Amino acid sequence: MGLTELSILLPVLMVFGPLLLALLVFLAQWQRSADWLGMGLGLILLALLTPFSGAVLLEGPLEMQLGGHDRGLAIPFYVDGLTLAMLWLNTLLFLFIQVYAGAWLQLKQPAPAAEFRPLFLLLWSGLNALFLSGDLFNLYVTLEITTLAAVPLVILSHGHAAMAAAMRYLLFALVGSIIFLLGVALVYAQAGLLSLPLLQEQAEPHPALTVALLAMTAGVAMKAALFPVHAWLPEAHASAPSPASALLSALVAKAAAYLILRLWMGPLEAQWTPAMAQLMGALGAAGIIYASIQALRQTRLKRVIAYSTVAQLGYLLLLIPMASVLAWNGVIYHALTHGLAKAALFLAAGNLIMVLRDDSLRNLAGCDRVLSKNILVIGLAGVAIAGLPPTGGFIAKWWLISAALESGQWWWAVVIGLGGLLAAAYIFRILSYAFFSPDPHQETPIHQAQGQLTRALVWPPVILAFLAIALGMAGGLLAPFLEIAAPVTGAQA
Amino acid sequence: MISLDMAGLYAAMPMWVVLSSLLAGLVILTLGEPWHRTRVFINIAAALVKILLVGIMLWGVAQGQIFFFEWQLMPGISFVLHADALSMMLSSLSAILWLLTTIYAIAYLEDSPNRARFFGFFSLCVAATMGVAVAGNLFTFFIFYEMLTLATWPLVVHRGTREALRSGGLYLGFTLGGGALFLIGVVMVQWLAGTTDFQAGGFLTALELSPGLLTGLFLLLFAGTAVKAAVVPFHPWLPRAMVAPAPVSALLHAVAVVKAGAFGIVRIVYDVFGLELTAILGMNHFLAIMASITIIYGSVLALRQQDIKRRLAYSTVSQVSYITLGVGIGGPLATIGGLVHLVHQGLMKITLFFCAGNLAETHGIKTVDQMAGAGRRMPWTMMAFTVAALGMIGIPPVAGFVSKWYLGLGSIDSGQYWVIAVLVASTLLNAAYFLPVLKRAWFDAPPTKVSHQGVEDASPGLLWPALITAALSLGAGLLASMPFSPLQWARFIIERFYG
Repeated sequence: MGLTELSILLPVLMVFGPLLLALLVFLAQWQRSADWLGMGLGLILLALLTPFSGAVLLEGPLEMQLGGHDRGLAIPFYVDGLTLAMLWLNTLLFLFIQVYAGAWLQLKQPAPAAEFRPLFLLLWSGLNALFLSGDLFNLYVTLEITTLAAVPLVILSHGHAAMAAAMRYLLFALVGSIIFLLGVALVYAQAGLLSLPLLQEQAEPHPALTVALLAMTAGVAMKAALFPVHAWLPEAHASAPSPASALLSALVAKAAAYLILRLWMGPLEAQWTPAMAQLMGALGAAGIIYASIQALRQTRLKRVIAYSTVAQLGYLLLLIPMASVLAWNGVIYHALTHGLAKAALFLAAGNLIMVLRDDSLRNLAGCDRVLSKNILVIGLAGVAIAGLPPTGGFIAKWWLISAALESGQWWWAVVIGLGGLLAAAYIFRILSYAFFSPDPHQETPIHQAQGQLTRALVWPPVILAFLAIALGMAGGLLAPFLEIAAPVTGAQA
Repeated sequence: MISLDMAGLYAAMPMWVVLSSLLAGLVILTLGEPWHRTRVFINIAAALVKILLVGIMLWGVAQGQIFFFEWQLMPGISFVLHADALSMMLSSLSAILWLLTTIYAIAYLEDSPNRARFFGFFSLCVAATMGVAVAGNLFTFFIFYEMLTLATWPLVVHRGTREALRSGGLYLGFTLGGGALFLIGVVMVQWLAGTTDFQAGGFLTALELSPGLLTGLFLLLFAGTAVKAAVVPFHPWLPRAMVAPAPVSALLHAVAVVKAGAFGIVRIVYDVFGLELTAILGMNHFLAIMASITIIYGSVLALRQQDIKRRLAYSTVSQVSYITLGVGIGGPLATIGGLVHLVHQGLMKITLFFCAGNLAETHGIKTVDQMAGAGRRMPWTMMAFTVAALGMIGIPPVAGFVSKWYLGLGSIDSGQYWVIAVLVASTLLNAAYFLPVLKRAWFDAPPTKVSHQGVEDASPGLLWPALITAALSLGAGLLASMPFSPLQWARFIIERFYG
């Protein structure tokens, strides 16, 4: 198989593979075999991504028209360094969460298996399509698919709280969609086209396009739960079933933030002023500080992790004011590390809840002995999120601080430093609860914990946490990939 | 071809030294609690292997061989390990003291829970210290510096009590806060100079940057290292961290955390800024003054502590700043005094902590008042304690005398006579807080309610490490002019800077 065939086959397989599987599972109700098929698909995608990434590195960014239409029509795919990074993250996370979710559904009583699997696969397909899309209308459609798969996943927890959280999520997401669509329509009315590469080629400043950019940004920000429209996220991500929480936090919210970066960097670059960029950065910074402080005040494990997501997404916005290769690499690296680490955290939290039946932090006392691997995951993934060496988060932070100093915007360096400290504080707060020695005579559910968790539940978060650490050694290796067609000054074409 | 590979493997020795305890730590953590015998074996074997490797490296460095390992982490930024004479000072000290502390800790923690976690992080802590010693640039130094913070936290909170957790929180707040400032400083160095590689004589001199910027940079880096070196006002975490088990305190105070901070200050002055630039910025006076304040303040507070471990902790605050003082005074003699104290203070302080642990473990003696007659009940432990305490005061021929002698000579040499006053005051204060302890232990009668009046010293696993370190601190003073003594090695280092 030549590289050309591969670069057509892989994107198609990434979008339609999970979609067909979702249909199959929904219609035929093959529960267990669906897990095996899904894992097989994940492995195939992973195997194909390696030569695919090499091909993109050698031949430059990939532009492809599905169905062979002319440019500007139909369904264009666009792959650059950012897309590649997100595709890798997507594939890795869906593979490991698939393994985890299969085991989780077996142990959980009552298990929402029949609903979970099709939604899971639909979300997989939708996210792949979103990252691959190179056209505003397709982006809108894929964004809707992911929302419509993500909201029901929250409801699967059953119960009043989950229902209320899901309704709130749905409300935010639908309003966001409408505002986003408005922006898309404005772009079409003004420019007459929707393809991102074409928009970039004929970029001339126009007030209507600026309004469009702001409308699209506001719409997507509601789905990404960026500060100050984040109110729905902590409750929704905390009350969703744990494997779903991992997907929502690590990928779904991030996909919306990804879209903001796509719009601001490149196609609509001419439509914003430095002051607007500073404002976006300031929103990101406010989110980092505010949500980290909120995370410090929570009494439930999953809510701490969920607030952490709001904070960590704020870092992505810092790319807009800095807009350099260093910031570009730093932000993508941050997204990768956060994705792996956050999924690991939610999966480990799911394990703890499985044993303790409750995720209040007080219950964690003494967990470090019996459930040591899960506590280890919280420690390792938490260190990665706090950006301490030697993790991927550290590399990201290094690049971002360098970018801040390089562009003379030292205030972002201060925000990044402070954000890291706050993250360390909320992570070590969790660990402190776990290290607290409980009264040995008190009966707690921990005593029956031994052997309750299967390997398929324990190992996926451990592996993900180690991957987040391993990213810390791979900065030199991955940087050339991230920089493929980076739409920032100073990058090679 | 094979010989070439062998040469590469040999040159990468600093990597093996770090890995020897890193892997031991990871294996111990993975094995988990029940594997007691295997754990003891891994601990001792790894410590012995490390001493062997460090010994080979020490010999190589003395012969002028180059040890170097590099791995590119980001474009333009590398993870670099190297071994120079200064590295060997800290790595030899920690290799030797790790073995002794491991033996001590195995005896100390017999039958207590969570030993896998303890020994796992213990090894990681030593791996990080080794990394700090052999880091070849400021970037790599920072990586290990932060790893050290993270690896030490589980040891500080090991007991799992509320007090331990609160102290652990304070420790993290100080060290990570300092770390964040340090990180911004390191990024600035990289951005200004395009490199962070340590070079004898510094590498910022040639850049012709504004003094204001350089001073700011120096203060950022200083704040980061001063937290771990417990320079006043960054010291409050250190006495509070005393809730940790005795072997942890021993390691924290003698080799790992405070030494990493002091070592960082030395690296920044000599290998980043260079002596000349430090002096132009006036930062040498700043260091000397900060160190002097810390020396006096720490000693005064030590006087007021009744708890033995807390008294020792404040003594550490005071004594570690001798290293900074030596660097601040400048000139070859004072620098020798400062550098040699890096080793001497380690040997003496670890002895004191071992002995304090023995007193608490064997007879439950925790305060100075309870020490009455301890010399009769635990003669060997108290003998080691006495040697180390006299050394701390600076009485010849124990090692501490050598450090103070050189510091004094150096201050006269550079015309800074006020430093003599600081040294005299500190010596008097040291005597004031150590001599009453010794008097009480040897000359006061044991409390009458103690039923058993005979000799009952600590178990061999607790006693021997203390005796060995006491002997080493005596030897380092007596044999100071032998080759490979800490003093001679400090002279060897100084030749690099002063020719």
